[in-house]
Amino acid sequence: MPLDRQEVEKIAHLARLTLNEQQIPFYASNISKILDLIAQINEADTDNIVPMAHPMEHLTQRMREDKVTETDQRELFQAIAPSTEAGLYLVPKVIDEQ
Amino acid sequence: MTAIHTMTLAQLSEELAKKTLSSVELTQYFLDRIEKLDKKYNSFITVTAEHALEKAKQCDAVRAQNQAGPLTGLPIAHKDIFCTKGIKTSCGSKMLDNFISPYDATMVSQVDAAGMVMLGKTNMDEFAMGSSNETSFYGPVHNPWDLNTVPGGSSGGSAAAVAARLTPASSGTDTGGSIRQPAALCGVTGLKPTYGRISRYGMIAFASSLDQGGPFAQTAEDVAMLLQAMSGFDPKDSTSVDVPVPDYVALLNQSLSGKIIGIPKEYFKQGLDREVEKRVQDAIATFEKLGARIQEVSLPTSPLSISVYYVVASAECSSNLSRFDGVRYGHRCDNPKDLEDLYKRSRSEGFGDEVKRRIMVGTYALSSGYYDAYYLKAQKVRKLISDDFKRVFEQVDFLIGPTTPTPAFKIGEKANDPVSMYLSDIYTIATNLAGLPGLSIPAGFVNDLPVGVQLTGKHFDEGLLLNAAHCYQQQTDWHKRIPKSCA
Repeated sequence: MPLDRQEVEKIAHLARLTLNEQQIPFYASNISKILDLIAQINEADTDNIVPMAHPMEHLTQRMREDKVTETDQRELFQAIAPSTEAGLYLVPKVIDEQ
Repeated sequence: MTAIHTMTLAQLSEELAKKTLSSVELTQYFLDRIEKLDKKYNSFITVTAEHALEKAKQCDAVRAQNQAGPLTGLPIAHKDIFCTKGIKTSCGSKMLDNFISPYDATMVSQVDAAGMVMLGKTNMDEFAMGSSNETSFYGPVHNPWDLNTVPGGSSGGSAAAVAARLTPASSGTDTGGSIRQPAALCGVTGLKPTYGRISRYGMIAFASSLDQGGPFAQTAEDVAMLLQAMSGFDPKDSTSVDVPVPDYVALLNQSLSGKIIGIPKEYFKQGLDREVEKRVQDAIATFEKLGARIQEVSLPTSPLSISVYYVVASAECSSNLSRFDGVRYGHRCDNPKDLEDLYKRSRSEGFGDEVKRRIMVGTYALSSGYYDAYYLKAQKVRKLISDDFKRVFEQVDFLIGPTTPTPAFKIGEKANDPVSMYLSDIYTIATNLAGLPGLSIPAGFVNDLPVGVQLTGKHFDEGLLLNAAHCYQQQTDWHKRIPKSCA
């Protein structure tokens, strides 16, 4: 099932990626081939099959007690951040000035 | 004394215990080998010489006080996907080229507590997405057996470093074959343990329901020693399983007499190279000589495993990699004009083509209106694949088959055709989908390139796989062969 340019651009946007003009046909062709490979799953009859939710079937995700276990390591973590000020992570302005 | 680099972990452990060698000497020896030889292979991204020698000194002090364990003072290299405190952890990506981890992965801490000396961080496919180590931001790794061929991937650096005897041990991760496939192509022993056996805390996530860390070494005995140190329950990983860790080394010498080995007939179709098949048949014959009985079995849904994998793994990767946003750590673009531009340009500049491709496939599969057709359907087929194994394991103790359809391919040969690259994982992927342990061991050569056979076991039956592999390695010497390029 070949994807067209618009579909590729839409997926890229949803994934918060940008592709330049020359890359689009390359991605469209490769992703279409991968989707063809994936389409083989339709060969299997899965009526009445319960989807596998965990690779260890009889197990489920463990819950932990609702207790604070982490200590405050803000300075350590922010030391590797691209841009911070007064203990806050900086991003471009998201609210317009009136 | 034989050359240090040809010795196994078990042998080196004895030398350290006899004090014919100190950990500082051993560490310096391997650091010198890396310095001298790794230009050829590019198997390391970061060499942590200072850190290693400091740790080795501490290990020698521990030994002087008679408090050394079996792994105290022995070197290891970690795949650059495992977080290491204060040391660059790149995951093979430009996105994390500037990332100095603020904490250690649990597996790294456990190995460190067992006294092992980290030599450095090994090269890998970007975010573990690849089967050839060609998607690394740091360039491809060259297979020590033929520098024009790939070492396999994604743990290509870890496998090549052990093959070239630049380290006696290394760690890797396996989401669809990323330990077993490079182990096979480089002629070393590599184990993907049961899902949940080794903590995933601090192991940078690719596909969380499939990812599992594990060891590489020359022999099954060494892998058993490493698995012992790496395994165990970790409250920090919600998928870690609380099952006791057996004494894997103590299990190595049990007789294989009466064990029933299943041969999945599907693994001998699907483009298996005829010469590779002969080596696998030779290995099966050796296991028969060791007293095991052979029985043909069928895993009828396994041919669909690659298709299922590229839905499940891509969907989980698109979700996991959404954390890379240019805000808290990692690559950030220059002068973003707004928040969307910050996200889009940081991610587009930071990720390579294969990673973007998989994020996009996963995003598509999870997008509105497609969930049932892709992710849900794939998880149902995954159940069928898992049920195939369950049925077969009612009849046999473990399975044997090829690890890969062919020996190592040329660098560049499959780089522009993602689907043909994906097919090189045809025999390894089903194991991950079912959460089972898988072990690849050297089983001969085709055109001077190594061939691996894969042993697949029941959940938490790593002990039997290592036992079987150890018995095989007492009868064969494939695992002792060393590439000429590193002599």
